[in-house]
Amino acid sequence: MSGVRVLVGTRKGAFILTSDGKREKWDVSGPHFGGWEMYHIKGSPVNPNRLYASQSSGWFGQQIQRSDDGGTTWEAVNNKFVYDGVPGTHQWYDGTPHPWEFKRVWHLEPSLTDADVVYAGVEDAAMFRSDDGGNSWNEMPGLRAHGTGSQWAPGAGGLCLHTILIDPSNAQRMFIAISAAGAFRTDDGGVSWKAINRGLRSQHIPEPEAEVGHCVHRIAMHRSRPSVLFMQKHWDVLRTDDSGDTWREVSGNLPSDFGFVIDVHAHEPETIYVVPIKSDSEHYPPGGKLRVFRSRSGGNEWEPLTRGLPQSDCYVNVLRDAMTVDALDPCGIYFGTTGGQVYGSSNGGDSWAPFVRDLPAVMSVEVQTLA
Amino acid sequence: MIRVVLPQHLQTLARTGSEVTLEITGPVTQRSVLDALEARYPVLEGAIRDHVTKKRRPFLRYFACAQDLSHDPPGTPLPDAVASGAEPYVILGAIAGG
Repeated sequence: MSGVRVLVGTRKGAFILTSDGKREKWDVSGPHFGGWEMYHIKGSPVNPNRLYASQSSGWFGQQIQRSDDGGTTWEAVNNKFVYDGVPGTHQWYDGTPHPWEFKRVWHLEPSLTDADVVYAGVEDAAMFRSDDGGNSWNEMPGLRAHGTGSQWAPGAGGLCLHTILIDPSNAQRMFIAISAAGAFRTDDGGVSWKAINRGLRSQHIPEPEAEVGHCVHRIAMHRSRPSVLFMQKHWDVLRTDDSGDTWREVSGNLPSDFGFVIDVHAHEPETIYVVPIKSDSEHYPPGGKLRVFRSRSGGNEWEPLTRGLPQSDCYVNVLRDAMTVDALDPCGIYFGTTGGQVYGSSNGGDSWAPFVRDLPAVMSVEVQTLA
Repeated sequence: MIRVVLPQHLQTLARTGSEVTLEITGPVTQRSVLDALEARYPVLEGAIRDHVTKKRRPFLRYFACAQDLSHDPPGTPLPDAVASGAEPYVILGAIAGG
């Protein structure tokens, strides 16, 4: 019987939730790496028992952990992330040049075709690749060498590369997003990159429609239609139908178009989900009501999904890597909150239930659909 | 024989107890002790000192013989009591955070 394995990264450790295909009863294991900030855990699509985890600490720096048994046991692999050549500078908060400094890995994206190949999105923003299961890492320097690199500036959370999408139909094409530089695309396997921010408008930068400087929080893709992307920007929800060459806003009737997460239904490429947050200074849901909004039309028309979610006195946030969907039918949707709850829906969002309520603040949620 | 006391999270990473022992040939300095420690436990590379610059991570401290040695040059000889194994060299996580 099929099942799911939900990989949860929190401020104080990792947790693994497992269930059968009904997704009614859940086993919880953890904390793994108790006391560490687990920015992201993700499994290989080629070998679901191969997991990669980003383990970080203000005291002890970065570790990368690898599991070959679905998270039962782990092995620390290489943690040496050194920028290629002379790192140069990006822009600091006060507008002065600031040397590039590695701080942590925000996101790990395993290859779609090789379990030993994995990409890492890091702070300060750069892309690294390992071809040997994490035993060594090399920067893909073409991204930072993009002509605008010296203009990139951190958002409040740091200058982080937090989203990596691999085009399943074209191994040479990937999309990434950086706060607060914007979205970029490579069409040559990461050798060179193009800023894909046309159509984005951000009032917090001097030139609202500049080529870079946009605080993109998350982008999402349906694997059957990789030229269509959906974006939750700092403010605004947008879509592109031409692989990022142009974007248009689809915030429509959302109660707030600020937020962090966005994801796409596994079987309906025009069905998308966001969790509106009140504002960039009030990181909680409008009105204290935790609502997922679903659009079945690829944006603009949104409906609130509330069954099973708290509709009063709820002031949690949902961080950018903390929503995911499984591949079962009906599609399961999962998200975690800074209040330590992991909510799931096994019916495309019609109703929700908390699988766990009292974890440390959730930073990331991924799910594996197991045969 | 040099005794080195590790904080809990580094014990877990290195899969050791609270104290490890190292044999060092040549001068016993913070640099030679940390080099030997990382050679024995490669998982600790980058967790105590920066991979490239070898600078101490900001929230860690080095103590021995009731002294804070954190700001001593890395090539300074450690106290005789550490070199003889009578006293441990302590790597400590600073009190910070929640």
